Amino acid sequence: MKVVVCIKQVPDTKGGVKFNPDGTLDRGAMLAIMNPDDKAGLEAALRLKDEYGAEVTVITMGLPKAADVLREALAMGADKAVLVTDRVLGGADTWATSTTLAGALRNLDYDLIITGRQAIDGDTAQVGPQIAEHLGIPVISYAQEIKVNGDKVTVKRQYDDRYHMVEVKMPCLITALSELNDPRYMTPGGIFDACKADITTWGRADLKDVEDGNLGLNGSPTKIAKASDKVRKGAGEKVVPDSPEDAVNYIVGKLKEKHVI
Amino acid sequence: MDFSLSKEHEMARQLFKDFAETEVKPLAQEIDQEHRFPRETVEKLAKYGFLGIPVPKELGGQGCDVLTYAMCVEELSKVCGTTGVIVSAHTSLCVDPIMTFGTDEQKQKYVVPLAKGEKLGAFGLTEPGAGTDAQGQQTKAVLDGDEWVLNGSKCFITNGKEADVYVIFAVTGKVEKRGKMMKEISAFIVEKGTPGFTFGTKENKMGICGSSTYELIFTDCRIPKDNLLGARGKGFNIAMHTLDGGRIGIAAQALGLAEGALETTIQYVKERKQFGRSIGQFQNTQFQLADLATKVECAKLLVYKAACKKDEYTKNPKISYSVEAAQAKLCAAEVAMEVTTKCVQLHGGYGYIKEYDVERMMRDAKITEIYEGTSEVQRMVISANLLK
Repeated sequence: MKVVVCIKQVPDTKGGVKFNPDGTLDRGAMLAIMNPDDKAGLEAALRLKDEYGAEVTVITMGLPKAADVLREALAMGADKAVLVTDRVLGGADTWATSTTLAGALRNLDYDLIITGRQAIDGDTAQVGPQIAEHLGIPVISYAQEIKVNGDKVTVKRQYDDRYHMVEVKMPCLITALSELNDPRYMTPGGIFDACKADITTWGRADLKDVEDGNLGLNGSPTKIAKASDKVRKGAGEKVVPDSPEDAVNYIVGKLKEKHVI
Repeated sequence: MDFSLSKEHEMARQLFKDFAETEVKPLAQEIDQEHRFPRETVEKLAKYGFLGIPVPKELGGQGCDVLTYAMCVEELSKVCGTTGVIVSAHTSLCVDPIMTFGTDEQKQKYVVPLAKGEKLGAFGLTEPGAGTDAQGQQTKAVLDGDEWVLNGSKCFITNGKEADVYVIFAVTGKVEKRGKMMKEISAFIVEKGTPGFTFGTKENKMGICGSSTYELIFTDCRIPKDNLLGARGKGFNIAMHTLDGGRIGIAAQALGLAEGALETTIQYVKERKQFGRSIGQFQNTQFQLADLATKVECAKLLVYKAACKKDEYTKNPKISYSVEAAQAKLCAAEVAMEVTTKCVQLHGGYGYIKEYDVERMMRDAKITEIYEGTSEVQRMVISANLLK
C-alpha cells in the first residue's frame, strides 16, 4: 500500500500574526511549523505503515526552506520526501497550488492521498478537494477516523451535529482534521537520519500534464484585497442592573435595538 | 571554533523541549509532592527512544551523540529534575559501562533492551561507609563454581526499586599495589528478581523527590559467572570511567535546572508589580538577571564542551574527557545552586511556596553538588591534572 501525504510549512499563529507593510504575511518574523491538520494526516498515514506496512511519501510545495517540514516528517517515520519548488510557482493561490501538487502527484504511485483539512495561514480548505478533482479520484473530507479494509477505506466524516460513515474504493483522497489523532513525536535517531536523507526536489519541468497559465501568481484567480489579524473586541459596556427583571429588560431591549429579535 | 548547533541538534533540542513541556512539566509538581516515580513518563521516554540516545542502532539505540543525550537531560531537567536524573542514571551509569566494558553477549542481552527502554538501569557503588572513598567497599563477591555469591548492601541508589538491570561493584579479593595491600574491586551485572537481592529503605529526600532512591541488599545472592563486567579486579577503573560520563549527565541536569529557574523568574519579574511597576524594571533585578544568565551560559559551554569531548573519545579512546566532565559538573552544579537560590529570592515570599516551581528547583539543585562526585571531588580531579 502506498500513501502520499501533502504537508505544508506554515507560520505558527499561536504567538499572533505579523504582517509586512504591504499586507502580506511576514513569514520571517514567525516560527515555521508543520500545519496541524497535515500533521494529523501524516500520523494517520504512519499508523497505516505500522499496521499494514504502507510506504509513506510526504510532499510539499514551497520555498527551499520548506524542506524543514519534510525532514520533520521523515524523523517521525515517513519513508520518502518530495519538495516541489520553483520561482515560477510562487504566489500561488489554492487553484495554482492544487494544480501544481496534482502535476507532481501524477509522477507518484499511490493508493491513498491524505491532505490536511486546511492550513492555519489561509484557512481555505480547498486544496485537498481540488487535487482530487484534478486527478479524477474520489475525495472524503473532514476525516476524524480512517480504517482500511482490503482495497477500500472507511472514513468517519465529521459534521456539525452528526457524522457520516463513508466507504470508498482506493485510490482516493482524504482530508484530515487535527482531531483525527495525537501525532507522534520525532525520535532522536529519526532526526539524525532525516538530516542525512536525500530529498527529491522537483521544479516546473517535472510537473506532469499542467499548463503554465494555471501556475504561480499569474495562474491564480484569487486576488487578495486585504489581509488582517483577528480583530480584537473592545472592552464593551458594563451595566449593573438593580434586579434580574431590569437585567432581562435591558438585554431584550438591546437585542431589539440590533434587530436580533 | 563554531558555537552554533547543527541542524540535527537544533531539531533534537526542539523535540526534547516539546516533549518536556507537554509530557513532563504537567507532572513535575505532583510527583515531587507525592514522592512518586513517574512510570508513565518513563514509558513515553522509552517509546520515543530517549533511553538509548548515545547507543548505536545495532544495539537498539538511536545512534546519536553524547551532545544530543546531554541536551535531552538538560531540556527534561528544565521542567523536572527528577525526570532528568532518571534518564541520566539509566544511560550514563548502566547502559554506558555495559556498552563499554561488556562482552558481545552481555551487550546483546542487556544493552539492547535497556536502550530500547524495555528495561531500566541503575548503578550501585555507594555504600554506607564508601562514598567518595570507593576503597571503603564492604560488599563482597566470592566465586563458587559457576556463580558469584554477593553479600553486602548499597545505598542511595537512583532508579533503585524501579530498575531491572543493575551494575554493582563488590570486593573480590586483595591485591598488592605500590607495596600496599588494596581491595580488589570488580563489577557485576545483577538482574532484579535474582534470589537474595532485595530492597531496603526508601530514602526520604530533600529534592528530586520523584526519583526512586533505595538501599539494595544482597544476601547470598548468586549470579552467573558470566555476569562479571569487564575483567576481574578492574571494577575501580570501570567505576571511575562510568562516573566521568555520569558527570556530564548530572552537569546537564544542573544546567537544565538553572535554565528552568531563570526562565520562570524572567516571566515572574515581568508580571510581579511593586511600588507601581514590575519588579523587572528595578535595576537590582536587571543586574541580578544579567549575572545569572551569564553564569548559565558559562555552564552551558562547559557542559557542551565535555559532551563533545566524550564524543571524540568514542572515536578515539586515547582521549580523556575526565577533566572536562569534572569542570562541567563543578561549574553547572554550583551555578544551579546559586541561580535557583537567587531565583527564589527574586520571587520573594512566593518563591518559598510549593506551588511555585522555583521552590522545587532549588531543592532539586542541591543534589547536583553532591552525587556522582561532590564538588570537592571534582576539584580534586581538576587539580590533580594541573599538578601531575
